[in-house]
Amino acid sequence: MSIHRKGTRFRIALAGTVSVGLVLGVTACGDGDGDSGGGTTASAAAIDCAQFSSYGDLKGKTVTVYTGIVTPEDKPQIDSYKPFEQCTGVTVKYEGDKAFETQVLVRAKAGNPPDLAYVPQPGLLKQLVATGKAVEAPAQTAANVDKFFGEDWKAYGTVNGKFYAAPLGANVKSLVWYSPKEFTDSSYTVPTTLDELKALTDKMVTDGKKPWCAGIASGEATGWPLTDWMEDMMLRLSGPETYDKWVNHQIPFNGPESTAALDAVGTYLKNDKYVNGGLGDMKSIATTTFQDAGLPITEGTCSLHRQANFYAANFDKDTKVAEDGDVFAFYLPGKDAQTKPVLGGGEFVLSFANRPEVQAFQTYLSTDTWANAKAAISSGWVSANSGLDPNKLTNPIDKLSVTILQDKNAVFRFDGSDQMPAAVGSNAFWKQTTSWITGQDTKTTVDNIEKAWPK
Amino acid sequence: MSATSAPITTTPPVTPPPVSASAKAKKRLTSPWASLAALVLAVLWTLPTFGLLISSFRPQRDIRTSGWWTFFSDPEFTMDNYREVLGSDSSGGLGDFFVNSFIITIPSVIIPLTLASLAAYAFAWIKFPGRDLLFVAVFALQIVPIQVTLIPLLTLYVDAGIAGTFWPIWLSHSIFALPLAVFLLHNFMKEIPSTLLEAARVDGAGHISIFFKVLLPLLRPALAAFGIFQFLWVWNDLLVALTFAGGGGTVAPITVALANLSGTRGTAWHLLSAGAFVSIVVPVTIFLLLQRYFVRGLLAGSVKG
Repeated sequence: MSIHRKGTRFRIALAGTVSVGLVLGVTACGDGDGDSGGGTTASAAAIDCAQFSSYGDLKGKTVTVYTGIVTPEDKPQIDSYKPFEQCTGVTVKYEGDKAFETQVLVRAKAGNPPDLAYVPQPGLLKQLVATGKAVEAPAQTAANVDKFFGEDWKAYGTVNGKFYAAPLGANVKSLVWYSPKEFTDSSYTVPTTLDELKALTDKMVTDGKKPWCAGIASGEATGWPLTDWMEDMMLRLSGPETYDKWVNHQIPFNGPESTAALDAVGTYLKNDKYVNGGLGDMKSIATTTFQDAGLPITEGTCSLHRQANFYAANFDKDTKVAEDGDVFAFYLPGKDAQTKPVLGGGEFVLSFANRPEVQAFQTYLSTDTWANAKAAISSGWVSANSGLDPNKLTNPIDKLSVTILQDKNAVFRFDGSDQMPAAVGSNAFWKQTTSWITGQDTKTTVDNIEKAWPK
Repeated sequence: MSATSAPITTTPPVTPPPVSASAKAKKRLTSPWASLAALVLAVLWTLPTFGLLISSFRPQRDIRTSGWWTFFSDPEFTMDNYREVLGSDSSGGLGDFFVNSFIITIPSVIIPLTLASLAAYAFAWIKFPGRDLLFVAVFALQIVPIQVTLIPLLTLYVDAGIAGTFWPIWLSHSIFALPLAVFLLHNFMKEIPSTLLEAARVDGAGHISIFFKVLLPLLRPALAAFGIFQFLWVWNDLLVALTFAGGGGTVAPITVALANLSGTRGTAWHLLSAGAFVSIVVPVTIFLLLQRYFVRGLLAGSVKG
C-alpha cells in the first residue's frame, strides 16, 4: 500500500501542481496501484520532501498547538512534526499542559486561543465550538477523514452538522490485562464471549484465586474507571444503538438498560469472591489509584484487570508487555464472538485559525503519512486512521489495539462520560459510581445520576 | 500563642495587646509543657516533608510498592529521580522553568512593594479629601476572589497584545498583591510616632525625604516580611501562571512544570517528590536567610506598643 501511494505522490509533486485541492487528490491515490516507486520503507530515514510540496511555501510561519498531552508522550508528538517542519519551513510551537481542559476554555473565551487544540472529549469540543472562536476543518482535512476514518469517528468531530475536528490519537478501553504466563501455567484460555469470561473467572475462584483487581482513585476524577466499566457493559448488553441513546439521554439513566449494565459490573466488582486481588477487599477499589490497580498482576496476586491500552505505561520498565511476556491484554469480549463493540477515546484537532499554514498542518495530521510516522517513533500510541499499518508498530499492545480498531466487526463507541454534559460526565457519574462501589445500591445510584442530568 | 500560631492574619499593629497579656503569654510559652507541645507539633509538621525527602531518593519500584518508612529497614538509594527531573534531554527538565520562576517572582515582588509603600505613605501621612473612603475601597478589593478576574484580565492582556510574555504574570501578581500590601504597610506606617515625622518636617524635610530618609529605614522589617510572603505566594502560585503563561509555554514557572511532571495519565508520579524538592529549595533558602526580618516584621507592632 504505502509503496504505491508514495510513488504516486511523488509523481504528482513532480508535475508541479501546487494547489490546496491537491492534497485531496494525493491522499485519494491510495487505491490506484499502478506505480511502484523506489522508496520502500524509508519513511524515517530520509525525509521525502516532495510529499509536502502540495502545502505550498510556508517558510517562516508558526503554528501553535495546545494540548493536554505532556511528558513522556509529548516527545514523540513533537518529533513526528519534524518532517513537516523541515519540508515546509513552518515552526510548530507545542504547548503541553495537564490543565488543558479548563485552560483551553479560558483562553478561547478570552480571545487568546491557540491555532490548534487537541481536544480529548467530544463534550469539550462542543463547548469550544460554542465560544464561536473555532473554525471549521478545511475541505482537504475532511476528505482525509472520510477516507481514513470511520463514520463514527467523523461524527464525534462534527458539531451541529459542521465538521470541525479530525481525530488524532486513539485509545482502546475494552481491554482486560492478564498474565500470559499464568494463563499458560494454569491452562486458561482467552475468553471470546462474556459468558466465557464469567466462566473463566469462576474457574479462577475454584483455583483459589481472587481473579479481578480494580482501582478507581484518581484525584478529583475518582470514579472514572467505573464509568468505563459500565459503558463497556452497556455496549455489550444493549448494543451500540441503545448506547448512543443512553449517552444522548434519549433513554433515561435510570432505565432498565443502565440498571442491567451497572448490575453486570456489580457481578464482577461487587463480588467479594472476585475482588480485589492483591489489594484488599471490595472497599479497597475506591482507595486504590487506577495507576496501581493492575500492578498486582505482575506479582501474581491478581489475574484480570480491565483497563485501557494506555495502562501499559504503568508497568515497570523491566516488565515485558507482550503476548509471550509478563503481562498482556485481551479484548473484553462481546456478548457473542461475532459482535465486537469497542469502547475508546481519542483526541480531535480543533482549529481556531484559518491561516494556510494552520490548515496545512491540520491536514498533515489527518493523513496516513503522519499516523505512520508517529507510530514509528512512539510506543503506546495508536490512531484509528485506517492507513496506519499495524505491521509497522513495534509495541505488541499497540499492535493489538490497532487490530481491534481496524477489525471489520468492530463497532467503535466513544467513552460515554466524555460526551455527557459535564454535570453528569465529569461529576455525578464519577461520584455516584464511587458511592456505589462503597456500598450504595444500584437503584439509588442510577436514580441520582438521572436526577443530576441538566434539564 | 497567637504570635506563633497564626502569623499571617494577626500582623498585630491594629490593637497592640496589653502588657499583662503578653507577659502572660510569655510565661505560658516558656513552660516545659508548651515546649513539649511545640516540639510535637514541629515533628508532626515536618514528618510528611521528611518522608517526601526520603521518597525522592528511592528507586521507582520502591516508591510505587512501599511506604517511605521501609527505607530504614531496606535502604536503597538512587539519584535517578533527580537526574530525570533535572535532565534537559527529556522534556521533563525543570531547569528552564526554574529560571522562569525567578524571572517571574522577582519583579512580582518588587512592583507591588514599591507601589504599596508609596501608596501606604500617602494613605498614612498625606491628608487629602476622600482619603479614608479610598483606603477602605482599596482594602475592600481584598474580598474580590481572583478567580472571577481571570478571564476579563486575560481579555485585556490579549487586547493589549502582551499575552504570552512575562508582563501578564507580573502585572497580575502585582494587582492581586496590592490591596493587602497597601493595607499592611499603611498600618506599619501609622505605628510610627507622628512626632518623628513632625521633627523631620521642622528640619525642612518634604514628603520625599521623609519617605526615603525617615520611614524606609524603619519599615525595613515590614517590607522584608511582606516581601517574603509575596515571594512565597508567587513562587508557589499555579493558578495565575496557568492562566496567564499560556500553559506550559516558554514563560511558564516551575509550578506549571511540576504539575505536568507526572505525565499525561499520572504514570510518572514517582518523580514528583524529587521535583517538589527542587522547587522548594529556593523558598526554604529565602525563608532561612530572611527569617530574622520575618520575625522582627511580625513583632514590630507589638514590641513598639
